[in-house]
Amino acid sequence: MNVIEIKDLTKIYNTSEVKVKAVNGISIDFKEGEFTAVVGPSGSGKTTFLNMLGGLDKPTSGDVIIGGQNIWQLNSRKIIDFRMNNIGFVFQSYNLIPVLTAGENVEFIMQLQGKPKKEREKRTRELLEAVGIGDRIKSRPSKLSGGQQQRVAVARALASRPKFILADEPTANLDSSSTSSLLELMSQMNKKYNTTFIFATHDQRVMDKARRIITIEDGKILSDEHFDRK
Amino acid sequence: MKIIIIAWRNLWRKPWRTVITAGSIFFGVLLSTFMTSMQYGSYEAMINNVVKFYSGYMQIFTEEYHENKTINNTFIFSDSLKQIVDNESTITHYTERLEYFSLVSSENLTKGSVIIGIDPDSENKVTELKKWVSKGQYLKSDEDGVLVAVDLANYLKVGVGDSLILYGQGYHGVMAAGIYPIKGILEFPSPELNKQFIYMPLKTTQELFSAYDRITSLVIMIEDNYQLSRAMRNLKKEINSPFMVRSWEELQPELVQMIDGDKAGGLFMKTLLYIIITFGILGTILMMVSERKRELGVMIAIGMQRFTLSKILIAETFFIGLIGITAGLIFSVPMTYYYYLNPIPLVGDTAKTMIEMGIEPFMYFSIQPDIYYIQALVVMIITMLIAIYPFIKSFTLKLTTALKA
Repeated sequence: MNVIEIKDLTKIYNTSEVKVKAVNGISIDFKEGEFTAVVGPSGSGKTTFLNMLGGLDKPTSGDVIIGGQNIWQLNSRKIIDFRMNNIGFVFQSYNLIPVLTAGENVEFIMQLQGKPKKEREKRTRELLEAVGIGDRIKSRPSKLSGGQQQRVAVARALASRPKFILADEPTANLDSSSTSSLLELMSQMNKKYNTTFIFATHDQRVMDKARRIITIEDGKILSDEHFDRK
Repeated sequence: MKIIIIAWRNLWRKPWRTVITAGSIFFGVLLSTFMTSMQYGSYEAMINNVVKFYSGYMQIFTEEYHENKTINNTFIFSDSLKQIVDNESTITHYTERLEYFSLVSSENLTKGSVIIGIDPDSENKVTELKKWVSKGQYLKSDEDGVLVAVDLANYLKVGVGDSLILYGQGYHGVMAAGIYPIKGILEFPSPELNKQFIYMPLKTTQELFSAYDRITSLVIMIEDNYQLSRAMRNLKKEINSPFMVRSWEELQPELVQMIDGDKAGGLFMKTLLYIIITFGILGTILMMVSERKRELGVMIAIGMQRFTLSKILIAETFFIGLIGITAGLIFSVPMTYYYYLNPIPLVGDTAKTMIEMGIEPFMYFSIQPDIYYIQALVVMIITMLIAIYPFIKSFTLKLTTALKA
């Protein structure tokens, strides 16, 4: 079953001198439960592609259809609500809210969704335990290591029960042991919750874990390969 | 919701910055309330001085007397008029006066002077006239006798126990003449007043001028100047032609002008202070928003509506203002209250000038509630106007740029 359908997606940046086609007519589908890496050299357009997919950056043309809804036909308020209920984000620099504890960061999105307090607290505990830092529920991000912060970010991304998670270079700031344990964790979450993961990455270790690798260059898909990995 | 918690915790991410910004508001509120309290205190002292010295807060007289101050335009303080005055709850005291001019002689010296017929007891309640008696005794209503201002007494070379001859024109042109013993000498702080005034019991004055039962004005006191507009409004409703009621502001327009001029100067100083506060808060808010662009972008990205985000930023600005204002008031209220109870004594030339103006040489303070809440309100309005910036920013923040910041 397709979670995301992308049709002829294009993004053109108008600089003062030239028009730059960051994404050039990409059409592709993502199925439920996929663990996909979008790879390509710097400036290839993978982050722009992910941003348009995640409702963060408006395409110049083309459609992003998630669960049957063309997200770029929604108004700005509805698109934020759509992101909240359907998309999880994991950023390169963790981007946790520094004044909230690990638990509060995870709970926050459920609070925005208007979930009841008991349900929020239960799911927060479950998720933080699932990502292996249940004992740090009351710690603020500044008291956590980079790897721990990224685990909280993964728990936060999963908290809203999204249709898919977009992770832009999630391992870029992590050492190798943190990277492998985070990848293992995301792989487990992918299997446990059947959540679709889409990574933009340079990292070979991420590519080694991915069951689908889409290579982008000059805003176009160069290759789209599937792998049978456990 | 978490909005308040996030906003509050955000303030303490950089505690020193918050303390310094709230501190600038604190000093702003403290200085502006202190300055305003001092200003209002000095106005209250001036007004008090003027109304207690002579004019009262209000006066009732006839329209003709207002136009032409002759003894022919006097009136009888009727029961109906008395009832109106007695029924007005803001009035604390009132006194009747009959004022006119007469020549005053002692042996071979003569001078024109102002004769003021008073009811000694009620006059003393209104103007505390008794305290200016430097020699002799204060008047009694059932005695013939006069109080003479010191310089006039010196000019006429008379003292307590001597007699003065008054002669002039009375009511409807009758001859007014009489000889009266000097009961006391008045020494006012103002040299001008010491040259011309003679006070007599009202009945004696009415007999002198053949203006039986007649008065020129009814001088009215109220609790304080803050009751004036209500008292005037009430009295104006009841008092109709041929009578009129006038406030001290209408009777002493030059004092009102002086106060207005001083207020303008004070407002200029306060405006400068507010501008400094404004830039202090604005600087902090600009920093707070610009250094957290990415964080704000993340909040929107994960699903926070921009309006909710704006509420967090507004709450942060509000809290800074609230901390500064509360601290400012906590210090300024007891401080001004202390000086209200213990006015600062003045020395040197300033004190001398004030004494000459008939004002006690003290720097007075006021504790009127509006001094505090108006300053607090002004600073809070400034703070909330500054909050417009983060409010707009939360709606104009470009997500992809913010996430890269």
